[in-house]
Amino acid sequence: MRAGFVMSEVGIGLRRNLTMTFAVVITVAISLSLLGIGLLSNSQVRTMKDYWYDKIEVSIFLCGPLSETPSCAGGPVTAEQRLEIQQDLQELPVVQTVYYESQSEAYQRFQERFKDSAIAQNVTVDQLPESFRVKLKDPTEFAVVESAFSGRPGVDVVQDQRAILEKFFSLLNVLRDGALVIGLASVLTAALLISNTLRIAAYNRRRETTVMKLVGASSFSIQLPFLLEGLFAAIVGWGISTGILSGLKYVVDDRVAPLLTFTNFFTWNDVWVASAYLLITGVVVSGFASILTLRKYLKV
Amino acid sequence: MIRFEHVTKTYAKTDKPALSDVSIDVAKGEFVFLVGQSGSGKSTFLRLVLREEKASSGTIHVAGKDLGTLSNWKVPELRKQVGTVFQDFRLLPNKTVFENVAFALHVLGHTKKEIAREVPEIVELVGLAEKLDRRPGELSGGEQQRVAIARAYVSRPAILIADEPTGNLDPGTSIGIMKLLDRINREGTTVVMATHDSSIVDQMRKRVIELESGHVIRDQVRGVYGYTG
Repeated sequence: MRAGFVMSEVGIGLRRNLTMTFAVVITVAISLSLLGIGLLSNSQVRTMKDYWYDKIEVSIFLCGPLSETPSCAGGPVTAEQRLEIQQDLQELPVVQTVYYESQSEAYQRFQERFKDSAIAQNVTVDQLPESFRVKLKDPTEFAVVESAFSGRPGVDVVQDQRAILEKFFSLLNVLRDGALVIGLASVLTAALLISNTLRIAAYNRRRETTVMKLVGASSFSIQLPFLLEGLFAAIVGWGISTGILSGLKYVVDDRVAPLLTFTNFFTWNDVWVASAYLLITGVVVSGFASILTLRKYLKV
Repeated sequence: MIRFEHVTKTYAKTDKPALSDVSIDVAKGEFVFLVGQSGSGKSTFLRLVLREEKASSGTIHVAGKDLGTLSNWKVPELRKQVGTVFQDFRLLPNKTVFENVAFALHVLGHTKKEIAREVPEIVELVGLAEKLDRRPGELSGGEQQRVAIARAYVSRPAILIADEPTGNLDPGTSIGIMKLLDRINREGTTVVMATHDSSIVDQMRKRVIELESGHVIRDQVRGVYGYTG
């Protein structure tokens, strides 16, 4: 068969079944958009992790007059203990930098962070502990630091900021997984709709396909126009879904980013990568749905 | 051209075979009538020739191909050599006479130029040169069957299968169709025609194969329809 003839058959098929074609395009667009939102939330979680993990530290709080842990039974940390801790920290291979925060620095930071709150006025310098702020080469190596310093005389608590973030991220992961599941479920719906639509199309054109079969058309050439119709709907739907994701990116950059300054957001590159995955998903899913349906209903 | 050797066909979920130990040899260029009552196995015979069905046992050769070993993807090759005409014409109602005949050539990959040359030629042969732009709905039954024959014959198949081609037509029109089939046969195409129409069979005096309950009960060189008429 000539390409021109195949294309004219595809055109006839799409026009004759215009409302169904429209339904398929919209369903594909929506389902791919949902899947794309799932993919972008994945990018977003990753971006936030990179942003935060880069900033988090391990805090080693030293014993003060108010400390109650057993390792602080000997009273506030002595100058020798402090020096020893600092030296040991700097010798640990997992440690990148060590910063000593004195009580007065801790007080300043506290005042700054809670400057609009009444609590700032009720805190005095000696109530806040001095600490070492340790930045690790790999933020997941916290256990090394903890086992080395926890319970040591002069050390009150070893605190990993990552533990706090992990709770937040595990919540985000659940949301992301939910978005991906909804996306995949709707892609499955789109596949079923494509399958049903092609079945109707094959039924509507059974006269043509019977004649094609009789004059000796191959299965492939009989199925090709239907396959192309499915792909056409998938690609138009994909185009719309990429538009929707781009719109989402604009809204995030324009409206959300100025309000939420504590993190970065997914990039345009993430949008294009997601879009590429959506194109592959759309083509593969529609191709599979078409081929399986047509094999069943358009046998030679 | 068509050779059945001890062919039995039993459809799934039935005990009684539709064709039972049938051996038939149709030579190149023959004209054969296939007669018998409904359910005698005529349609099964034709379906086997087109390989819409496979024989349960026995061997079938059509146009030099052993249908028992013919792989599915080669079936289109077989069907290009076997033209088919049916009682219900099977024309595409939205297409003109020209487009209906051209459809077959498009499917077979002919170029527009070839189609523009071949279609009017064959339509003239079947006597519809004046009606190239009509749609099937605007034609009489006989004319529609002529279009169907043109479509089946335009690619010059070696064999033409006609399943009750005059079943929906009045006797006068039927004679015209038979003359056309006879002419196609005289150009060298093997024609196998299944029919109930006794007067046609009696007039044509061609080879007659009669089937009853899946068995060949008669194979006459210059036969008539049958003693019961």
